[in-house]
Amino acid sequence: VVHGLFNRCLQSFLADTYGAAIWAEIAQRIELDPPGFEALLVYDDTMTDAMLEAAATVLIKPVEEILEDAGTYLVSHPSTDAVRRLLRFGGGDFTSFLHSLDDLPDRARMAIPDLDLPRLTLGSGTDGSYLLDCRCAFRGYCHMILGALRAIGDDYGALVSLELEEAPGQGACITIRVFDTGFAKGRSFALGLRAS
Amino acid sequence: MRLGLDLAVLDTLMPMHAVIGGDRRILHAGPTLQKLAGDLPLTGMSLLEAFELRAGRSAGSDLGGSRGAISLRLRHGHGTFLRGILLPLDGEEEEGGRSILNLSFAVAELARLDEAALSFSDFAPNDMIVDMLYLLEAKDAVMSEARKLIVRLQGAAHTAEEMAVTDTLTGLRNRRALEQAVARLTQRSMAFALVHLDLDLFKAVNDTHGHAAGDAVLQHVARVLREQTRASDTVARVGGDEFVILLAGQTDPAQIDRIAARIIQQIEQPVLFEGKECRVSTSLGTTLSTNYEVPEAPRMLADADKALYAAKGAGRGCHRFWTGEGPEPPAVAAPLAGRA
Repeated sequence: VVHGLFNRCLQSFLADTYGAAIWAEIAQRIELDPPGFEALLVYDDTMTDAMLEAAATVLIKPVEEILEDAGTYLVSHPSTDAVRRLLRFGGGDFTSFLHSLDDLPDRARMAIPDLDLPRLTLGSGTDGSYLLDCRCAFRGYCHMILGALRAIGDDYGALVSLELEEAPGQGACITIRVFDTGFAKGRSFALGLRAS
Repeated sequence: MRLGLDLAVLDTLMPMHAVIGGDRRILHAGPTLQKLAGDLPLTGMSLLEAFELRAGRSAGSDLGGSRGAISLRLRHGHGTFLRGILLPLDGEEEEGGRSILNLSFAVAELARLDEAALSFSDFAPNDMIVDMLYLLEAKDAVMSEARKLIVRLQGAAHTAEEMAVTDTLTGLRNRRALEQAVARLTQRSMAFALVHLDLDLFKAVNDTHGHAAGDAVLQHVARVLREQTRASDTVARVGGDEFVILLAGQTDPAQIDRIAARIIQQIEQPVLFEGKECRVSTSLGTTLSTNYEVPEAPRMLADADKALYAAKGAGRGCHRFWTGEGPEPPAVAAPLAGRA
């Protein structure tokens, strides 16, 4: 089963980026009634696969590209600002954020006990780069992580380059080169609850 | 063992501490505590200039409650509520020794920490307050999602109720379904009879034997009506003890009269409820779709109601057809409004 939160994020991405009509068409293709996912319910895996397939057909885009854009959207769009903020709790700068990724699934479970995020393991490359090993139930989801990392790097104001290499089996390895953690100003992040 | 700690180490370990001199003046304030106080330097202030004492033993020489626990409010900045611990620094018990005050946020403060614009560097890396704030924020996001879900489900339940076509007590159709059935028959140009039933003596059963007995009687009536009609007919409960039957394709008065007579006879059979015998009868009024150019439910129901009142006037257990005239029933505007 897939947590509704994941499906809901994809839905928000598709509707906010391509418009309500496109989302309605995708929902109709997968016979989703009512035409929306609930973030707090769980759904069958086939539902998510069908949605991605329908989106790829309607948008004439590869699924991997859609997922990468969805990852970027998740971190940078105002309507999902809660996700950005929760990710920023990982650390004060991009490097400490990277080191917090090992804890990410556990941290997510603190908030939503039945949410299973991909297992991420940070290692180091030979040239001072970081190697992020992603174990995803579906290979495409690693592209979503890639998109999210790119956006969170911008959020911290870090200058980074990212490269995804699909690994044998279910997963991928993302090579992260951090050139400058304080390249741009980045978006502000103060602790404490903002009025929501 | 005694430790000589550098203040810089203390600032990193406990960024919300203050070192207090024997004269109760602040000798040094940790960086985060100073940030909370704003521009005014805490160093040099007396303890009571800097803080309002909220709980602890007394404002006298003997600050600090059980195991040094203390509750304070900063007099500067946003007036942050704090709790902490105040202990003699050098271990000496005599007057004039230095103390160390280590503070953290009061629970109530966590929800309004954004005013202070704090960041990771303001806390020790192992301070769980950051996780606490993460949890609070995550909880808020999840709660808001949950609230939205509940609102949507409430809406769906409401819609489902509005769309319902069944009477829950008897399993018969309800008024909405009846109106839909009339519209369907009219659309298919099929002639039909609309029979309106009202129970006699039902109030007496309710009053004498209680509502549960009344419910048993209603279920008995529903059973009779189902038995005496065909699957293609529609049987609806449209009010407390009011029922309507649509006899599809049936406009022969003699046949309808026979059906009505059987229904009256069956309904008059006593119902046993918890050993008590309950008896009701019924009056029926009928109108035929052939009486109208365009048969419409409200008009037909009103006319069947007039015939029903004529039947009531003729005594219990009677059936009458609408003749285009007849006594006006008491509630013309809402002919089906629940009569007890």
